[in-house]
Amino acid sequence: MTDITAESRPRLAPGVRLHFDRARDAWVLLAPERVLETEGPVQAVLSRCDGVRRFADIVAELARDFAADPAVIETDVREMLADLMGKRLVVIA
Amino acid sequence: MSAGDTLAAPQPVAAPVIRAPLGLLAELTHRCPLACPYCSNPLALEDRAGELDTAAWTRVFNEAAELGVLQTHLSGGEPLSRRDILALVAAAHDAGLYTNLITSAIGLDAARVAALRDAGLDHVQISLQDTVAGSADVIAGYDGAHARKLAAAAAVRDAGLALTVNAVIHRANIERLEAMVDMAAALGAGRVEVAHAQYYGWALRNRAALMPTRAQVEVATATLARLRESYDGRLVIDAVVPDYYARYPKPCMGGWASRSLNITPSGRALPCHAAETIPGLEFWNVRDHSVRDIWLHAPSFNAFRGTDWMAEPCRSCARRDVDFGGCRCQALAIAGDATATDPACALSPLHDHLLALAEADAQTAEIRYAYRGRREPAAG
Ligand SMILES: C[S@@+](CC[C@H](N)C(=O)[O-])C[C@H]1O[C@@H](n2cnc3c(N)ncnc32)[C@H](O)[C@@H]1O
Ligand code: SF4
Ligand code: SF4
Repeated sequence: MTDITAESRPRLAPGVRLHFDRARDAWVLLAPERVLETEGPVQAVLSRCDGVRRFADIVAELARDFAADPAVIETDVREMLADLMGKRLVVIA
Repeated sequence: MSAGDTLAAPQPVAAPVIRAPLGLLAELTHRCPLACPYCSNPLALEDRAGELDTAAWTRVFNEAAELGVLQTHLSGGEPLSRRDILALVAAAHDAGLYTNLITSAIGLDAARVAALRDAGLDHVQISLQDTVAGSADVIAGYDGAHARKLAAAAAVRDAGLALTVNAVIHRANIERLEAMVDMAAALGAGRVEVAHAQYYGWALRNRAALMPTRAQVEVATATLARLRESYDGRLVIDAVVPDYYARYPKPCMGGWASRSLNITPSGRALPCHAAETIPGLEFWNVRDHSVRDIWLHAPSFNAFRGTDWMAEPCRSCARRDVDFGGCRCQALAIAGDATATDPACALSPLHDHLLALAEADAQTAEIRYAYRGRREPAAG
């Protein structure tokens, strides 16, 4: 699997999109034959995976918005993205 | 609580909450150029004259989305046999649904792929019959089908659309399971669905010609586990298990009327593909009822919802909320009683009988198919 670097630009994989589910009042990730609930932190990351923002930008934004230590955020986001990439929900360009 | 406690007005027992469905399988038509002997469609295929029109499907998509459905699977029959397929994709997309086209890919060229994508299609699932063209075309009952599917898959990938390859596994192709998964990866699929044939519709009719041996199934299961590891992170491999040789049944439909519903070409709403084989169920039609009304109140949907309908051994079994007692249609087909425990379960008194049926079928030397929708059985 491709490694995530500061310059990586993550985006949702083809056939994957975020959707606000009005009936259940929650964000969900829609993928081939799958529906995943995306609560708080996952949603915050996924909504920034637009293929434009770099990994470094996403970490910086989240550290600012959540007033958190960038080093901690970086580790968490890297782990989360690696997991999502393993499930083919996110790809990096 | 002591007898002296005063009680407020007695509370009615809360009715069990019926959760909204997530998926809608829209069987747009039963027409199809292919004639797969494993086809899950019913033996009595619906005709074109009775099909819902564009406006009716548009209403169904909107009602489904409003109810809480998130994904729709446009299937059939062959959905591309509908002249209005672009309008239907657009309608599903406009309703806010994640839109999946499940297709044999006959009639799918680059121009049509682009038009479907632009109409809002999210995902395409193409079925392959085999990796060897000669065998694939015999299974499909259609010369040249395989080559067309490969070209269509390439067009889907080139258009940037997400692709799943679906392979129904049975005796004629089970030895090439690994090659099918490799072919899916080579075609650029992000996901492959390896579905052991489920025995209803035409598959039940053709069971003797389709059933693999237990040894073949064991090899296939081990192969799949190995492929899952080697393709980890590159290809999602989903499997539909071969339940005749299983110990526990599959959690059919994720529970009856729990996660999804089917609408047939003429608008009949079914809790699963084969529900019409169960005698005595009352099906409602989307021409007469809204999708919400059907989901909540149609007698067929409430017939086996939850666990109250169960008899022993399911009723007191710890797995009843895991597999929901298995498949109702298989219980009917094998036990003659839709409320029975699925004979695929080792706790069913008919489990050994089911196994004996499978083993006898798998020994049938000659593969002779009754092709779906075609009149004469032909040798394969
Ligand atoms: C009934 S087909 C209709 C769509 C299209 N004609 C096709 O075959 O791709 C829907 C999907 O179910 C699969 N399928 C058909 N019969 C099946 C069976 N008996 N067991 C498991 N999957 C089956 C097909 O391969 C296809 O992916
Ligand atoms: S499974 Fe085969 S016969 Fe059945 S609808 Fe699909 S392509 Fe047609
Ligand atoms: S007895 Fe019923 S609930 Fe228990 S495992 Fe078997 S089918 Fe499932």
